[in-house]
Amino acid sequence: MSDYSTTLTNDLLRPLIQTSWRFWLLVVLLLGVVSLGIGAFAYQVNQGIGVWGLNWPVFWAFDITNFVFWIGISHAGTLISAILRLVNAEWRRPVTRCAEVITVFALMIGAMFPIVHLGRPWLFFWLMPYPTERQIWPNFRSPLVWDFFAISTYLTGSSLFLFLPTIPDFALVRDKTTGWRHRFYAILALGWTGTTKQWHRLESAMQIMAIAIVPVAVSVHTIVSFDFSMAPVPMWHSTIFGPYFVAGAIFSGIAALIIAMAALRKFLHLEKYLHPVHFENLGKLLLMMSLLWGYFVFAERLTTWYGNEPSEMTTFWQTQRLSFAPLYWTMVTVNFILPVTILSFKKLRTITGCVIASFGVVLGMWLERFLIIVPTLSHKYLSYSWGSYRPRTPEILLLVATFGAMVLFYVLFSKLVPIISIWEMKIGQHPQLAHEHQTADEASTMWRTQP
Amino acid sequence: MTAIYGLFDRPDAAQRAFTGLKRAGVPSADITVVSGEPFEAFEFSHRDHSMILFRLALAGGIIGFVLAVLLTRGTELAWPLVTGGMPIVAWWPNLVIIFEMTMLGAIVTTVVSLLVASKLPSFRKDLYDPAVSDGKILVGVPLTGGRSEESVRQALAVGGPAVVKTTQM
Repeated sequence: MSDYSTTLTNDLLRPLIQTSWRFWLLVVLLLGVVSLGIGAFAYQVNQGIGVWGLNWPVFWAFDITNFVFWIGISHAGTLISAILRLVNAEWRRPVTRCAEVITVFALMIGAMFPIVHLGRPWLFFWLMPYPTERQIWPNFRSPLVWDFFAISTYLTGSSLFLFLPTIPDFALVRDKTTGWRHRFYAILALGWTGTTKQWHRLESAMQIMAIAIVPVAVSVHTIVSFDFSMAPVPMWHSTIFGPYFVAGAIFSGIAALIIAMAALRKFLHLEKYLHPVHFENLGKLLLMMSLLWGYFVFAERLTTWYGNEPSEMTTFWQTQRLSFAPLYWTMVTVNFILPVTILSFKKLRTITGCVIASFGVVLGMWLERFLIIVPTLSHKYLSYSWGSYRPRTPEILLLVATFGAMVLFYVLFSKLVPIISIWEMKIGQHPQLAHEHQTADEASTMWRTQP
Repeated sequence: MTAIYGLFDRPDAAQRAFTGLKRAGVPSADITVVSGEPFEAFEFSHRDHSMILFRLALAGGIIGFVLAVLLTRGTELAWPLVTGGMPIVAWWPNLVIIFEMTMLGAIVTTVVSLLVASKLPSFRKDLYDPAVSDGKILVGVPLTGGRSEESVRQALAVGGPAVVKTTQM
């Protein structure tokens, strides 16, 4: 094995084998945060949904905001990874698994919220499409049933898309470990040996999955947007919502990916593999999505303002200069002004710059989801039906716990699975030679420094 | 069954051993090449190229499509409730379900086909050496059909210096 391969394998297996007290401290802290959310949820189940700030006419607020937000974050991984695989972008290799993991966990967290939102979560199976004993069959004309199909398809596809390329790495860990770890990874490796036939089938399967998962990912957030746009409600009933939601999802997903990669680089000492150029490339993508997001917001707002339809204008002014204006302009600042200012300049497009912009985008995209839902519901049509909404402690705790859960899942995953695909990194050592006399080592150095 | 294999440091050496075995009269299908990463640029990888997974994925997608049409249409006709002024069989919303189930069919079929074609999960003793995880490339053949150990050793030696081992499968 070459020196590079040996170092690569050792570096990427180190987090799986060595555990410091700092890891356990972090896990305990995160478990504490998650417990707060579980406690808040248990309190809500025990006391009823009245412990939330929901009241007529605002029946969708934090929980549905969280649902849309986390489903959006999930677009970081599988979609980006699939696109980069399909275009054969060499720089994707250290990035793809970090990204795919976000998808699976964000989807799990997001998909939980419609169940939490039910108020009586033990009846969640009523959402599933099957004939009930009351002979009421599922209504396939309801966007909420579309959600069930879209999210379950995306979660299944994303989980498999994450799992398949980890099989060869599980086999590697199996061979490099002893005791319980050897037995554990032997089961996960499914008896993989690495015959040419297995490699070829795996690569074909990954190609098919990448082709299939891109339209599924686009459909998922389009369908989530249909939860709103299918309703004849001011500021919701819009044809732009599908692409607007998809763009927003990819936008927030890239931001989440940048934050996750920066944390992995710092805490798992992966500086050799996650280079500044990876952040710069993702920073450029984030900049592009920020501009696209700004374009969509402008198109949506201009159309509403120009139409001057009274019920829409009520909601419009609530966000532009009345009660929701501070949140709205914060959103515009952190989603557009901040990232465009930072990421437009090469000097500022550093790891720190990208991370600052990404934190802004994550905050801004949560606010965007909130501002789509609450101002509209609280100022719908005639003024006698107007109301207000203020979140209560259980809702805030549940929101905080979702972030804790995401980090906890990510930390535990990176403890059990190489967070960068080892075999894909090894293939990266063998790029096409740029010229006839270039040695393999020269070519390898070339892609490692100039992906 | 006894098998003999060589462990090579580089893919070009493995390729030479592979060619040497073929020249010694070993059928290509009997030769096992195992590596820790795919080597698409070498001939020993090419023999397993196949479009079967793509075809099966297409078939899975078609099955998902048909099932979705049956599920949506059948459900709507079995309980003909008018909803939102839409027709009983409302194709526009049904297309959403049909699309998702089509893609799910293709995805699940791809994964099942991969597992079946790669013979996974497999917990029997295959021709394998943990040195593969250290970057070695294994080229081996079973000693069947009157094949002599010596002739295989000689053919493997064409690849250059290598560790040659005998194992029971």
